[in-house]
Formats: sequence, C-alpha cells, structure tokens
Amino acid sequence: MTPFPDILRILPEVVLTLTGVAIMLLDAAIPPAWPRRSLGWVAAIGTTLALWTSLWQLSLPQGTGFFQTVETSAFTVFFHVLICGIVLVALLLSLDTLPATTHHQGEYYALVVFGAVGMCLMTSAIELLLVFVALEISSISTYILAGYRKQTVKGPEAAIKYFLLGSFATAFLLYGIALAFGATGTTQIYELARRLPTAQNPTFVIASLALMLVGILFKVSAAPFHVWTPDVYEGAPTPVVALLSTAPKAAAFALLLRVIYEIFPSLHSLWAPLLWIVAALSMTVGNLAALRQKNVKRMLAYSSIAHAGYLLAAFAGIGSIGITAASFYTAAYAAMNAGIFAVITLVAGYDEQLNDIDDFRGLLHRSPLLGILLVFFLISLIGIPFTGGFFGKFYSFTAAVDGGAIVLAIIGLLNSGLAAAYYLRFALATAQQPVSGKPIAAPKPALGAAVIAAIFLAAAATLILGIAPGATLGAAQSASHTLQTPTVETNLPTVPVQSPQ
Amino acid sequence: MTAIDHSILALILLVPLAGALLVAFAPDRWKLPNWIALLTTLATFVLTLHLPAHFVAGQPGFQFEVNIPWIESPAISYHVGIDGLSLWLVVLAGLLAPIGVVASWNAIQTRRKIFFSLFLIQQTAMLGVFVALDLILYYAFWELSLVPMAILIAMFGRKEGYRAALRFFLFTFIPSAPLLVAILWLYARTGTFNFADLQFQIASGVLPAGALYWVALAFLFAFAVKVPVFPLHGWLADTYSEAPVALAMVVAGKLGLYSMLRFHVGLFPTQARQIAPILIALAVIGVLYGACLALVQRDFWRLIAFAALSHLSLIVLAIYGITFTGWSGAVYQILSHGVVDGAIFLLLGALELRYATTTISSFGGLAVKLPRAATYFVITTLAMIGLPLLSGFVGEFLILSTTFTQVSRGWAIAAAVGVILGAAYMLWLVQRLFYGPESEVAAKPATDLRFGEWAILTPLIVLMFIMGVAPSLWLNTIQTSVHPPLIREQMKYMEVLQTPAQSEVQR
Repeated sequence: MTPFPDILRILPEVVLTLTGVAIMLLDAAIPPAWPRRSLGWVAAIGTTLALWTSLWQLSLPQGTGFFQTVETSAFTVFFHVLICGIVLVALLLSLDTLPATTHHQGEYYALVVFGAVGMCLMTSAIELLLVFVALEISSISTYILAGYRKQTVKGPEAAIKYFLLGSFATAFLLYGIALAFGATGTTQIYELARRLPTAQNPTFVIASLALMLVGILFKVSAAPFHVWTPDVYEGAPTPVVALLSTAPKAAAFALLLRVIYEIFPSLHSLWAPLLWIVAALSMTVGNLAALRQKNVKRMLAYSSIAHAGYLLAAFAGIGSIGITAASFYTAAYAAMNAGIFAVITLVAGYDEQLNDIDDFRGLLHRSPLLGILLVFFLISLIGIPFTGGFFGKFYSFTAAVDGGAIVLAIIGLLNSGLAAAYYLRFALATAQQPVSGKPIAAPKPALGAAVIAAIFLAAAATLILGIAPGATLGAAQSASHTLQTPTVETNLPTVPVQSPQ
Repeated sequence: MTAIDHSILALILLVPLAGALLVAFAPDRWKLPNWIALLTTLATFVLTLHLPAHFVAGQPGFQFEVNIPWIESPAISYHVGIDGLSLWLVVLAGLLAPIGVVASWNAIQTRRKIFFSLFLIQQTAMLGVFVALDLILYYAFWELSLVPMAILIAMFGRKEGYRAALRFFLFTFIPSAPLLVAILWLYARTGTFNFADLQFQIASGVLPAGALYWVALAFLFAFAVKVPVFPLHGWLADTYSEAPVALAMVVAGKLGLYSMLRFHVGLFPTQARQIAPILIALAVIGVLYGACLALVQRDFWRLIAFAALSHLSLIVLAIYGITFTGWSGAVYQILSHGVVDGAIFLLLGALELRYATTTISSFGGLAVKLPRAATYFVITTLAMIGLPLLSGFVGEFLILSTTFTQVSRGWAIAAAVGVILGAAYMLWLVQRLFYGPESEVAAKPATDLRFGEWAILTPLIVLMFIMGVAPSLWLNTIQTSVHPPLIREQMKYMEVLQTPAQSEVQR
C-alpha cells in the first residue's frame, strides 16, 4: 500500500471549504449590481464535486488521519454522500426560488456550503473536540440561515430562539466531553472507548453520557428537547427548512450512533431504556401535536419530531442491525422531507403567501404535477409501501422487534396510524375542489431547471429506496460494520435467519 | 412453461402501470387520456384471459408461479401465482376495468389525466393483491390500493368527497397496522414471508397457539373492515355514495373477501374454526341489518351500499361455515356480485347523469321513456335477488343449502329471511324508479341508453345469464384447484361434524 497524504482523508470537506471561500471572494469581486444567481451554481458544482470525492474515498483503505482525529470508512462515506445530496437539493431549490431581490445572496450560498463542511466533518471526526468544532461550524451557519428573512417578524425570532437554545444544548455536549476527558484523560473516541470501562470514577462517565445525549437529542429535535422546532421551521425560509430539517439531523444521528455504539457500548443498560423512552415520547408528542396544526410548516415540524422517534426506535436493535436500520431511516427521511419542503417552497413561494393547509386546497386541480408530487411525498411520510418511508419504518421496527422492544414497535405502528390522519388531511385538501370565487394568493409556480432537478432527485431517491432498497441497505450495512469497534461484539449475525428454500 | 406463461402475471401488473405513466405524460386533448386508459384496460383484460385459457384444472398448487428474490434482508421476494381461488377474480378485475373507463367517459370532464392515471394505478394494486404470494408484497399492494382510491374520492366526490375519503382511508389504514405487526411477528418466528412456507409451518404446529390466535385475529380484523363485516361497516355507505361510479364498482367487496379466504382461513385454519361461530353470527346480523337499512334509504347509492353489506355478509357466512361447497359458493358469489353490482352501478350512474339527483322519491315512471334501461335494470335486479337461471342464484343456493345442511339450520333460515328482504327492497326500488306515475324530474327530456352504455352493459347482462345456466364453466376450476390444505382441513371438519355432540358445540 502506497502511503497517501492525510489530506485525502478530508477531501470532501476541503472541496466544500474551497467552494465556500471562492463564493465569498467572487461575491466581493463582482459588481454589486450584478445578479448573484451564478454563485448558486458554483455552490452546486462544488457540492457535487464533494459528493463525488466522498464516493471516491471508498477506494481509500479504512483508517484515520491527522493524528487520529478524522477517519474515512464506509460509515463516513455513507453520511457524507447523504449530507452532500441534501445540500445539493437545497441549493438547487434555492437557485430558482430565492427572489432576485434577496439581500446578501452570495453569503446565503456560502453559508449553506460552510454548513455542509461542518456537518460532513461531524460524521468523520473521531476526536470529540473536533466534533464540537464541526458542530459549531454547522450550527452557526444554520442559525444565520434560519433568520434570513429578517424583514419579517418571525424570521429573527426563529433565529434567536434557535441560537439561544442551540448554544445551550451545545454547551451540554461540551460539558459531556469535558467530563469524559476528566474520567479518562483523552477525547479521542477510540482511546476513550478503550479507557472508559476501567475509568476511575464511573459517576463522571454516566454524567458525561447523559450530557452528551442531551446535546445531541436537541439537534435531532427529539422530545423532550423539541420545543424549538415548530417556531424555527415556521420562521425560517422554506428552502432553508428543507436543509435544516434533514442535513443537520443526519449529521447529528451519525454522531449519536458514534457516541452510543463506539464510546458507550458498555453502558447499554443505561442508554437503551433512555432512548426507548425518548423514542416513544417523540413519536407520541410529535404526532399528537401535529394533529392539531393548521399551519403546514408547523405540522411538518411536529411530524419531523415524530420521525426522529421512529428513527430512535431502531436504536433498540442489537448492534449492527440497529445501526443499519437507523442509517437507512436517516436516508429515507432525508429524501422525503427534503422533497416535501421543496414542493412546498415551490407552491407557496419564498415569501409564503400560503401558510395553512386550507390554502393548499385544490392544488391537484390547479397544478397536477406538483400536487401529485406533494401527495407522493406525503404517502412516503405515512409509510405506504413502494416508498422510502415504508422501508425506513419497516427496518426500524424490525430492528426494535429483533432487539426485544416489541412494545416500542407497537407504539410506533399505532403512531403511524395516527400520523396518517394529518398527512392525509393535507393530501386530501390538495385533492378537494378549489373554493370557487376565492382568489389564489400565490401566482402559478414557475418551474425552473434547477428546481425540477432538485425535486426529481428527492422523488427518485424516495422511490428507489421504496422499490429497490437493497443497494442503500447494503451501504448502510457496511457502514454499520465499520462503525463497530473491536471491543463491541461484532460477530452478531447481521442478516436475519434466511428462509429455508 | 412457455415464456409467456412465465411473464404473464408480471405483464398483467405492469401494463396498467405503464398506461398510468402514459396518461400522465400525454397531453389532455382529444379525449386522449380516455382512449389510452381504455386501450390499456382492454389489453390487460385480454392478458387476463390468457390465464383461464392455459390454466390446468385439477392441478393442485399455484400456477403461472414466479418467485424472484427482491430484497435479501429481510427475505422479501417478488412471488406471484394464481390458483382456482384467484384465477377468476383476476379475470373479473380485468373485465370491470374497461367497463369502468367507459362508465367514466362522460362523467369525468375535468382533470381526466389524474383520474385515469390513478384509476390505472388502482388497477395494478388490486390485481397485485390477487396474485401476490409473498406476504410483504401482498401487504404492499393492499396498502397501495388505498391511496388512489382515497384521492379520487376526495377529488371527484359528489358532495362530501373529502370527508368520505378520510373516513375510507382511516377505516382501512388503521387496521393494517396490526396486520403488519402480525406479518412481522410471523417473519421473526419463521424467517419467511412466503405464503406456502408459512402455511406449512403454521400447520405443523411449531408456533405457539396462544400467539397465533392474536396473529390470526390481526389478519381477520384488517380483512373484516375491508369487506366490511357488520359492526365495522362505518365507511361503506359514505364511500358508495361519494365515489365515482367506476371506482365503487371495481373495489366493492372483492379484496377483503379474497383475503379472508386466502390469508385467514387458508393460513390459519385452526384459528379460523375457533372464531367461526362469532363470524357466522356477525354475518347473519349483517345480512339482516343491511337488508333492513336498505329498505328505508332515500338515496339510491346508500340503498345499494347497504344491499352490498347484506350480500357481502352472506359470502362471509359461507366462508366461515368452513365447508368446501360453501367456499365454492362464496367464490362464485363474489364473481356474480362483481358483475351484478357493476351493472347496477352503471345503470344508476346513467340515471344520475341524466337527472342529476340520487333521491329515489323524485323518480317514477321512467320505464316508458327509457325502456332499454328499464329492461336491463329489471334483469340485473332479478340476478341480484337470486332468481334461478341468473348468476345470483347459483351462489346463493350453494351458500344457503350448505349452511342449512352442514352448519346450522337456524342461521340458514335467518340468512334466508335476509335474502327475502333483499328481494323486497330491490323490487321496491325498481317500482319506485321505473313504474308508477311520471314524476316531475322524470318528465325532463332524456335519451335512453346510448351506444357506449349499451355496449358495456350488454356483455354484463349476457354474462349473468351464462353464469346462471352454466355455472360448471367456473365451478370446475374453482372446486378442483382449491389448494390442498384447505381440503385437508375440510375433511377434518367433516369428521368433527359427524359426531353429533361436537357439532352441537360448533353451533
């Protein structure tokens, strides 16, 4: 094996960073009067390049770089591709829907790309301090993006709420890291995992687990750390929500998988019941609250809380079955959620004349293509077969049943039934006859090439995950194998008993 | 097996789907969506006719079977095949689809592209339910069949489409959550979703009986809502009175009844026999309750909905009588009900299109102005109430006679009373619609059946006659190829019945 420079281990992050810097420089260089739309294309091309380099990283041998602070493995590649894919969809969506008058457009694109740097680094960092830095990079750019419509009342409110609560939660994570360091004298994940079982003071270890969980569960908006979600989603521009509700969560789930399965596998008896409760609580709270919402974005915010719950149910699975299910669900959730927010952006417009479910009435009559796509993403969120949502739930609940959490699986399925009610109410509202005489607020959505590509990507991903989940599942499985350290029982069967043919 | 035999079921599933895509991308001009949908459904129908033509009667097991692994873990496969039970149901679904398209020809004027694409997707889903032999594949089609239906009811409902669609969807979606849990539990225990493997493993008694009882109940619950069985019929009347004619006639009853036979009685024979007394009672209540409600309805769609509840309950009675003849009668009655109900829907849809009302009392004396419609309506009604020489008679006779001799005389008599009530409300409906003094509404000028309507009704009427006089054409394949475990169970059951004391317990 020929040696290769460490920089190849973080090539996607480097590509993204250079793209971001280039956009900032170009933004300053071109005359103020010129449109900034082309900068979006630069960002999209950079992200595609990063996605491609992530895939290329598969050819590198699994290992660490930069003094064991970053890692490349099937796991990091899986989440890199996922995050870059989402960011690409969000960028393409913004390209066509951001009005030409938006202030600081160049910075918008740069922030999206810098956010992607942070999220990618979160999944590949194996040094907790670097994880923290990555989390901050991604958080700060999303805080700013959340408040991008600063001329509205709700925009800055959303940003401030997100910022205050978010920094509070990251402080928890940092405390957790500090306590782990106190107990073991290291923050390198593998070293930490090796030293933890023999740590002098088990109280520190337990407290560190609890604090880290709080920090991460806040980021994935699981109940009871979910209160910020509806307000932020409502106030932030919809293309940003498409990004906000998927990519940072994917990164946070990757981090959660690392923390749970790499650092604290020995504390299974502690975190398993905790995550069980959080999962059950998230689904139930999310769905019950979503039932009562009239505003589309708030409804989808609560629905994303419920989906975090379904996903956490996979953590009840044993070892790599649980990791595989969780990774697959993250991908399925990201595809359908990015898709539905993309359609909503397109229908409601950047400045959102349409807020309520009733405003979408008659969409199928007015604009059949968008209506059908909206219904398609909704039935995927419900979990109807032949969509990614079905197999996501399927693997997640199978993992839970497999790990012995049958009650959790039943709670999850009952919740899916409950959730069908509000998704369907929305879907059927679009199918209703439009109210005659009531003028439609938003103009007929204009379909640009970029936004068509964005929606096509999301719809194709949702459909492929629902019809041929094999490839993604295989990737998730190899990701799960690389995640498990030798200290964990890795020889568990990953494939359930084959049927006797 | 020739190449076409190997891929025929895949073709039957794919052609409507391809048609749906074609409709979606073709321009909405010159009635193009209608024509594409019509040609697609006709092609599908011709393809389904390949099945009875090459079906080997008397051969046990599934035919035209294809089993291709789809997903490795969990082991889901694309496993399809048909036997005597599903053979004619597939053909029936194939036959009703082009008729549904013609029935929507003028009734659907706006958003034809969406209507016909979703109609064709619904067709794929329904055919998929009949041919799937892998439980997850079956579940997938079962769920998929809900979505187009719900959206179309909401889009094209008469007045309260949105509410009816929500009701329909939730009523049928929520019970399918326990169904999925039950399927997953079976998989966790047996490691397979394959129908034949599961049947074998359940029959071999390796699974705990207590848990199987609940699993079987979860299956039954999902199917009972879909049929619907008596206390679970809350969605039926609204759906019938709101759904576009074409949809109401393609979905009515078949999916739930077929699933009961194949996946409840067929998969869990012991559990089905345990719960049979309850279902027999509910079925008879359903027969009587549906008939009584049908007598007092003012709207003819609601009348037909409760009539359907009554008729479908009779078939449930036949299924849970657990007799072989009863099952043949049940399958035959499903076919007959599909044809007869289809014709009734078309005729009432034609009346609604002409007079823009569905209130029975506003009609009267139509026979003079619409003689052809009246004749067809009377023949259909007679077939529905089971007049000999028409299709309804064979099934009803088989069901009632086997119930009387082999299950329970009391229940048979009660069910027969329901059938008599059926004659009452249907004949009364004919009288109120077509005879008596001419009403104000009926005085409006209207044409008799047009060519299109006549062209789709005539084959159905002819079929009613053929099914009435030559039932052996169908019964042979139905009887001889009901899969062996069912027959074995039947034999055991007959032995039980021969001891009088135990048969008392069964009652």
